[in-house]
Amino acid sequence: MLSSMLLGRYIPGDSIVHRLDPRAKIISVILFMIIVFFANHWVGYSLLILFVLSVTKLAGLSIRFLFNGLKLIFILLIFTFLMHIFLTKGGTVLVDGGFFTIESEGLITGIYITIRLILLVVITTLMTLTTSPIELTDAIEKLCRPLKALKVPVHEIAMMMSISLRFIPTLMDETEKIIKAQSARGSTFMTGNLKQRINALVPIFIPLFMSAFKRAEEMAIAMEVRGYQGEEGRTHYRLLSWRTRDTLALIVLVLFGTLLIFVRQ
Amino acid sequence: MISLKDIAFKYRSEEAYALDHISISFNAGEWTSIIGHNGSGKSTLVKIIMGIIEDYEGEIYVGNELLTEKNKQRLRRKFAIVFQNPDNQFVGATVEDDVAFGLENLGLEREEMIARTEHALGLVNMLEFRSHEPHRLSGGQKQRVAIAGALALQPEVLILDEATSMLDPAGRNEVLSILWNLHEQLDTTILYITHDLTEIDHSDKVIVMNDGSIVGEGTVEEIYRDKEMLERSSLKVPYTVEISNALLDGSFVTHDELVVRLS
Repeated sequence: MLSSMLLGRYIPGDSIVHRLDPRAKIISVILFMIIVFFANHWVGYSLLILFVLSVTKLAGLSIRFLFNGLKLIFILLIFTFLMHIFLTKGGTVLVDGGFFTIESEGLITGIYITIRLILLVVITTLMTLTTSPIELTDAIEKLCRPLKALKVPVHEIAMMMSISLRFIPTLMDETEKIIKAQSARGSTFMTGNLKQRINALVPIFIPLFMSAFKRAEEMAIAMEVRGYQGEEGRTHYRLLSWRTRDTLALIVLVLFGTLLIFVRQ
Repeated sequence: MISLKDIAFKYRSEEAYALDHISISFNAGEWTSIIGHNGSGKSTLVKIIMGIIEDYEGEIYVGNELLTEKNKQRLRRKFAIVFQNPDNQFVGATVEDDVAFGLENLGLEREEMIARTEHALGLVNMLEFRSHEPHRLSGGQKQRVAIAGALALQPEVLILDEATSMLDPAGRNEVLSILWNLHEQLDTTILYITHDLTEIDHSDKVIVMNDGSIVGEGTVEEIYRDKEMLERSSLKVPYTVEISNALLDGSFVTHDELVVRLS
């Protein structure tokens, strides 16, 4: 189940969505988050669904693939749906089960809110699926540049993010190794009550932290001997290039938002 | 090229010198190996050369210049180093990003960086992996990327600090053969630190260290012949050398030659 999980994963490809500037994608996702709230009845929601489906197609991903990858999230969303059905009152009573009632308002808001959340999850997943982590950090660094005026260490944060992302697989491997090593010494992680299981994690985390600190120190030395001195005087190997298609993508999105305002009731 | 004069260093918590007033010089275009068992002081020596340890006694000359507080930034650019752990020196998100990391720090133009990155990756035969992420590479490949990252800086001396000790035999051979090629074809000056006597065959000069002192210095042949000194330094004479001593009446041959003669 975890291996088919799509949240935060990147799938290399060469679609038009892949080739968009990562900055354009981040801005679009933020815009979309606002636009979603423009829809207030079925026409608006249908347009939104249509829009997200077309972006999925453009990204060269299949809907079934997305659906399978986000199953876990959808299961969570069923709960919010149920909450709305039972707790929002108004309109005509559809079901009267004695101690609970389902009313039409509740059903409709439940459906709409769930669609909204699904669309938001899908659109952000589409962004991470089509943008490599390094491109995302680069884009965040560029987009947050104005914050430097407020003394926010934008470059350092971006550098930390990209190194952390790079170390995730390494530390995963390491965790696996430590679990195996500790199991071989007779540790059990899967049995006992909650307290025993939590205690069993201590011999995994302590070696993991030790090695993470050691790695960090060696990494710092390796960076220093290669001349790293912070942002000052540093140039960039990767270049983000904003093209006409990026501007076009944003214009399309803005027009789409305007359309949604028009179909509001 | 580089000479160290009377270098001494003591770790704060310890009584004995980690490096006990040693003097060495390395020549340009040569492959110098420093060999010693764990704790013999060889890594401390590298840390001093690379400026990671700064409170040492003695003098370091680069060319004819004495290394000082003022010129150390400029002079240390002449050295590039590859460390032991392939994972802990991989800074970039992909192979090419990692090679370019040092160049970004130098503040080079983008065109120059692209050219240098390509050239360096070509030298270590990793060009086809340029967009790969580190976790998709083998240990040997990661070390080759690290070598490329060092070479891209166009150093005068390439230092390898136990660069093969965490690799499997295949990865080790991969890295060693790349280095031999670099040394033979491009005259790259190499300072090779190891604890494994089987890796010194191609050296022009070998320095043996034990307990912070230099106990032997000479050509590969001279070092192999001084069996007693090697044993005193807790170094194991390679099996192949023992065989050639036993079978070929003590005349010195390299590993490759031994194979030829025996077959």
